[in-house]
Amino acid sequence: MVPLAYYLLLGAILFACGVTGFLIKRNIITIFMSIELMLNGVNLTFVAFAAHWHALSGQVFVFFVMVVAAAEAAVGLAIIIAVYRTRETLNVDQVNLLKL
Amino acid sequence: MSIGTYILVSVIKIVIALFVLLTAVAYSVWLERKVVGHIQNRWGPTRVGPFGLLQPMADGVKFLFKEDLTPPHVYKPLYIAAPMIAVIFALTSIAVIPIGNVVTIAGLEIPLQITDVNIGLLIVLGITSLGVYGVALAGWSSNSKYSLLGGLRASAQMVSYEIALGLSLIGVLIMSGSFSLRAIVESQGGHFWGFIPRWNIFTGQIVGFFIYLIAAYAETNRIPFDLPEAETELVAGYHTEYSAMKFAMFFMAEYANMITVACLATLLFFGGWHGPIFGPAILQALLPVFWFVAKVFVFLFIYIWVRGTLPRFRYDQLMAFGWKFLLPLAIANLVVTALVVAIRA
Amino acid sequence: MLHLVLFSVFGLICVAGAVNLLAQRHPINSALSLVVVMGALSAEYLLLGAEFVAAVQVIVYAGAIMVLFVFVIMLLNAGVEERTGGSRVALLFGVPGMLIGSLLVAWVLLHRSGTEAVSIGALPGPPRIIGWLLFHDFLLPFEVTSILVLIAIMGAVVLAAKPPSAAPPKREG
Repeated sequence: MVPLAYYLLLGAILFACGVTGFLIKRNIITIFMSIELMLNGVNLTFVAFAAHWHALSGQVFVFFVMVVAAAEAAVGLAIIIAVYRTRETLNVDQVNLLKL
Repeated sequence: MSIGTYILVSVIKIVIALFVLLTAVAYSVWLERKVVGHIQNRWGPTRVGPFGLLQPMADGVKFLFKEDLTPPHVYKPLYIAAPMIAVIFALTSIAVIPIGNVVTIAGLEIPLQITDVNIGLLIVLGITSLGVYGVALAGWSSNSKYSLLGGLRASAQMVSYEIALGLSLIGVLIMSGSFSLRAIVESQGGHFWGFIPRWNIFTGQIVGFFIYLIAAYAETNRIPFDLPEAETELVAGYHTEYSAMKFAMFFMAEYANMITVACLATLLFFGGWHGPIFGPAILQALLPVFWFVAKVFVFLFIYIWVRGTLPRFRYDQLMAFGWKFLLPLAIANLVVTALVVAIRA
Repeated sequence: MLHLVLFSVFGLICVAGAVNLLAQRHPINSALSLVVVMGALSAEYLLLGAEFVAAVQVIVYAGAIMVLFVFVIMLLNAGVEERTGGSRVALLFGVPGMLIGSLLVAWVLLHRSGTEAVSIGALPGPPRIIGWLLFHDFLLPFEVTSILVLIAIMGAVVLAAKPPSAAPPKREG
């Protein structure tokens, strides 16, 4: 029997790591991966609560989160490729002018 | 049974399964060389042992003693890890594949399967999805243009055909109602009209079977879909820069994937271990295993036969085929199966 | 007891992978650590009894989305990240800030939560029940996400396609 708080804590740690990565990293792809890490932390929280209250709708929500994450990853990576084609850099600090 | 006994039995099963799988991998290489040789009107290996049966041993010794060079410009950690990843995921999927009924040895009921998870089919799909990493990382870490192109092409091909593979399996899933591989095989027991066995291929999944077969050939990068590793096209694709044991590991991974695909095809479409069973108790425990192995052998033979006979697809033809033909066909198969099952219920 | 041990092992792997994602400078290493995190999370879901979610996590997240990330990193030939002024400031303020924030959350969770506990494999139900829920109670979100995925596919194809060449075709003669 593991206290529910431990699962929530793990989800919170993953979320915090994701936010930290989003703040400190400068490569756009790594920033994106931190967003995925945040989404995973949230998924864990959903499933933990679903197990605690024996309600399966938590699991169903996890599916929706995964689908949205997949769609967002696809579109986001396409945007990154388009940005790389014009700016020739993946460093967000160098993409700071509207016009080249 | 107690947890200690369970662990002991599982460890024994794992050791036996790994040993059998690795031997099967080595001898499927022998089988391929013999069969392709005969198709091409030559003998294949004949010198080492009778009928060249010791050729895999000679190959193993050769790979062990070859110089294992690491080119200087590779990205070392991934270069060394990629073949390991490929082999690990190729060998792991044997864990959920059942080869026979539940046998009773020394009073313990032991299912002939390392573990019967009730999402067995999804686990196999997941492991296949993870196997893409071995190929992609090998191609990238080798730091050479042939490898990168070959790796990207191979992994794009594997990812594209995974979809058609998964969808063709859903037809089987709808008919059997469970993800567990043992339950799927058990739902194929019995006969129609006394002699036609109730295998999934006869109860309407024939289109699903062909989609599965084609998608599986593309997943395992075999002819007619082996452009990413054909010698005349990209030197050797993603394993260009690998030598000796690491190359042997990619080889093993490819053949182990082939065997997994053949096992899955027999389990899902051809009734697994169902076949005529007769005789005393010991024979009744072993005959299902024999039927299973025989059916897997037939599939391996078909794999090798196709390899010796068909030309290969060009890459754009390959991708167009996967996305524009196979995927709609798989969805149509799924819809029709679901309709039939829903109307019948 | 076994539940606690397994939870701790996989939890440590998750956190180690997440910290490694932050610590590595080459994006391919970060991507592979994220794959490890997702694998360990899938094991955590199994511990909670959500076996279908665990399998889907491996198939979709670790086996498809992360493969997409690895592809893009390989295609764009992303190199090691350089340190800029902005990133030093962010490191200086961001990491301690997040540490303090997460310590606060941890304190709240561990001291105010009471005695709720989750047993191993707590979630009931074969995948059939999840299918029932998806197609009965959650039918509208299900259909809307299918449209969302269609939009995402179209968007990704349009965005990543090579722009048509601007030069007009040369005329002979």
